[in-house]
Amino acid sequence: MPLQAASMALIWEQPSTLTVVLIVIVVLVFFLLITVGNSLLQVRAKELGVLHFANYSVLPNQKDITGKSQTAEDVIRLRKGYDIKLKGSATSNVESIQVNSVAVQPTNVHGIAPIPKLEVAIGDTVKAGDPLFHDKNLERIKFVAPVSGEVVEVRRGAKRAITHVVLLADKKPSYRTLNVPDLQTVDREGLVEFLAQSGAWPLIKQRPYNVLAGLDIIPRDIFISTFDTAPLAPDNNLVVAGQENAFQQGLDVLKKLTPGKVHLGLDAGGSGAHEAFSKAEGVEKHWFQGPHPAGNVGVQIHHIDPILPGEKVWTLGVQDVITVGKLFTEKRYDSARIVALCGAEVKNPHYIQTVQGASLKELLKDQLIHDHVRVVSGDVLSGEGKQMDDFLNASDDQISVIKEGDVLELFGWLFPIKARPSISPTFLSSLISGTTFAGETNTHGEERAFVVTGNYEKVTPINMYPQHLLKSILAGNFERMEGLGIQEVVEEDLALCEFICPSKVHVQQILRQGMDMMIEQE
Amino acid sequence: MSALIKFLKKVEPDKKKSPFLHTLYDAVFTLVYTPDHVTKGGVHIRDGMDLKRTMVMVVIALQLCYVFGTWNIGQQHFAALGLYPGVFDGLHLKLIHGLIKVLPIFIVTHVVGLGIEIWYASKKGHGVEEGFLVTGALIPLIMPPDIPLWILAIAVGFATWIGKEAFGGTGRNIWNIALLARVFVFFAYPTEISGDQVWVSGLDAAAAGAGVDYGWFHLSFFNGIFDSLGWATFDPSATVIDGFTGATPLGLAYSGGWEAVTHVYSVDQMWWGDIPGSIGETAKPLILIGAVFLILIGIGSWRIMLSMFIGAAVMGLIFNGWGATPFMQVPWYYQFYMGSFFFAMAFMATDPVTAAGTNRGKWIYGLMIGALGLLIRVSNPAYPEGWMLAILFMNMFAPLIDHYVLEANMKKRLNRA
Repeated sequence: MPLQAASMALIWEQPSTLTVVLIVIVVLVFFLLITVGNSLLQVRAKELGVLHFANYSVLPNQKDITGKSQTAEDVIRLRKGYDIKLKGSATSNVESIQVNSVAVQPTNVHGIAPIPKLEVAIGDTVKAGDPLFHDKNLERIKFVAPVSGEVVEVRRGAKRAITHVVLLADKKPSYRTLNVPDLQTVDREGLVEFLAQSGAWPLIKQRPYNVLAGLDIIPRDIFISTFDTAPLAPDNNLVVAGQENAFQQGLDVLKKLTPGKVHLGLDAGGSGAHEAFSKAEGVEKHWFQGPHPAGNVGVQIHHIDPILPGEKVWTLGVQDVITVGKLFTEKRYDSARIVALCGAEVKNPHYIQTVQGASLKELLKDQLIHDHVRVVSGDVLSGEGKQMDDFLNASDDQISVIKEGDVLELFGWLFPIKARPSISPTFLSSLISGTTFAGETNTHGEERAFVVTGNYEKVTPINMYPQHLLKSILAGNFERMEGLGIQEVVEEDLALCEFICPSKVHVQQILRQGMDMMIEQE
Repeated sequence: MSALIKFLKKVEPDKKKSPFLHTLYDAVFTLVYTPDHVTKGGVHIRDGMDLKRTMVMVVIALQLCYVFGTWNIGQQHFAALGLYPGVFDGLHLKLIHGLIKVLPIFIVTHVVGLGIEIWYASKKGHGVEEGFLVTGALIPLIMPPDIPLWILAIAVGFATWIGKEAFGGTGRNIWNIALLARVFVFFAYPTEISGDQVWVSGLDAAAAGAGVDYGWFHLSFFNGIFDSLGWATFDPSATVIDGFTGATPLGLAYSGGWEAVTHVYSVDQMWWGDIPGSIGETAKPLILIGAVFLILIGIGSWRIMLSMFIGAAVMGLIFNGWGATPFMQVPWYYQFYMGSFFFAMAFMATDPVTAAGTNRGKWIYGLMIGALGLLIRVSNPAYPEGWMLAILFMNMFAPLIDHYVLEANMKKRLNRA
């Protein structure tokens, strides 16, 4: 025994190369066996159709070690992205404004012909919910009046396309009575027909390509993001307060439209989620945390259940769901919208209670600090720039006003005088956290060819290569566009790429071009 | 300020009558003033970063190399003559000699390169793109100090014309423009950029007893000034000391291994860059400062830099294990003390246009450059430095690497079902 102990001690004190190699090999083989076993277990779990097959493992995972219980509502943490901190976020008081002028804009919806068929003429009086027009090929989907009143104008744009049907609103609204089916007994077909007739159908957006949902399409799933991370975006917790019933009713309606699930994306950071969202019934909840675009429904879809080629899903905004719900709770088409009026050029940024398609001139009356401004329906990244005599877009819940930046700046590219938002650490202001920016519309440079690589990926929390997707669109390579995931994104998901692009490339425009090409191919 | 705008607007040449002048004017104007363009469609607010700022940041990162390179031209010149051995001895002479060499190279590079660039921009009717800001700053740093200016002009012309404009301009070229200029000299005029004769400037020949080659600027202009100030002057009768060969560490390592190198140059000398070589590539610490600066501001790709280092280190270890020639036996970590590895890593391989565009591709791209570069350095008898050829070679394969990375991403996406 002592001899053996001595020889053991010798091995430990002066291990020969052979001993070390043998120990290393034994350890490696041990881990190899475990890894192989682990993989076989997961393969089997996947074959058996276990959804979260990654949870089946012979190895303890991090949560087992740290002792936290694994819940169904894991937070999905996204690191990529950027929050543009702008001045002029809306304070939480809500002002009710009754506007006189309201418009329905066919251009708000992708996927319909530019000249829809009008069902009314100038001078007609309509009730809220009465059909105004429909697409020539989709006769059953009605676009309805958000308010009651008189049709006063039909505006036309290039090639005689109808851009606006303008209504002069009554002081006292009257509503078209709807023949509301019983949600418990109605079948899917009847429900679809009712939604199409009631005017709520255009609220449903279909992905890929963000187009008007097809009547004969059965979506794989329906996705709703309950929070918005865009610059100065409205707080949906404030919007949904008092509308909890309508929201839940809306979710119940949507559940009937898909054989899959209704997925809700909730805010795990910042202000948290309202009970209407966190306690919503009959839906799958997913918690997200991270900078913009974590609140974009496209990003959430990618992390919940990505869209594969050939698949279709539908998306709605929170206020759209409430409008759908109110068809059943209040038996009428309620176009009420709470809109955040924000931006550094607004005197008193706050929320406004108004209707879809309200006149911007009336909403912004006495609200602007200067005249020379950019009025955006939506957020500053993917909203639409509007003239003052224009109207709020149907699905927008935000009006951003920032300064027009059409001034020459001496050595502005080298020594900028004013702080500007940027992801580049070459700007001092980007290093100081908590800096807010007024923001203006100057491009800060001229358009160039793609030069810098890898920076789009920094702000896109989706496993894709945005720059190569854009190149494949410019080259018209359909196979590559599909392979690189064009069906997974819409303009707003890549808006940050356009914001940060040092070559000032029109990312969203190119992406839309690609999506239109894909639609034509179908 | 508005007076300046008024003046600039007043001297604006007519666009139709003289497109070349107008393009030149436009380039100057946008350099002075950021244009008043506003966003149209798409985003309404844009990041403050543009291509001009991106490129200028790289040029800023190169400035230390310029300062050191100018001094080092003088330092090597006087070392050959056995004069002023200390760092600050005869500083004015070293700097002036350096400037007499660097400035003409810098000016010729820009006149030729920018001339072609502006001419093409005026033909195509768009603004002058910023790519040449960096290219123009890089080319002087990778040339030998005594390069004949006409050769330089032809090389820069070839690189900008054939290497860039023929492919469509900035952002569309396949090969690194600066390296293309260098490789042109390398293949067309090999005696001007290889061997032991070219790396120390201002000598009739790099051999003991040879005289100095001073021109009018040295002897009449600056000597006059220095005389009047009572400072030391350029001595036209100085001769090269005994034992001087002009060989670079790499040349020595090829023939005699690490011993031959340390016989002539100390490790410290090589690290700080007090050795003959191309103008801006010798001072490792200053290049690394530039590299760290580029990484911190997010312009240089740390992936390429790190993977290139790993690639070279692994290749060095393999050679150490093999050990067939004296050069292979040089310890792998000493390989980084010689030649232009760090300059190639920080400023050449990281060119975003010619490097791989995907993050995964950048790792492969850098690894391959590191391994190939050292392979060429150690096993190529004609020219013991490999980074230029390795980078150009991998530039050619970068699209292929990207292709396979994208294919993998596409496959993953389509197989998700």
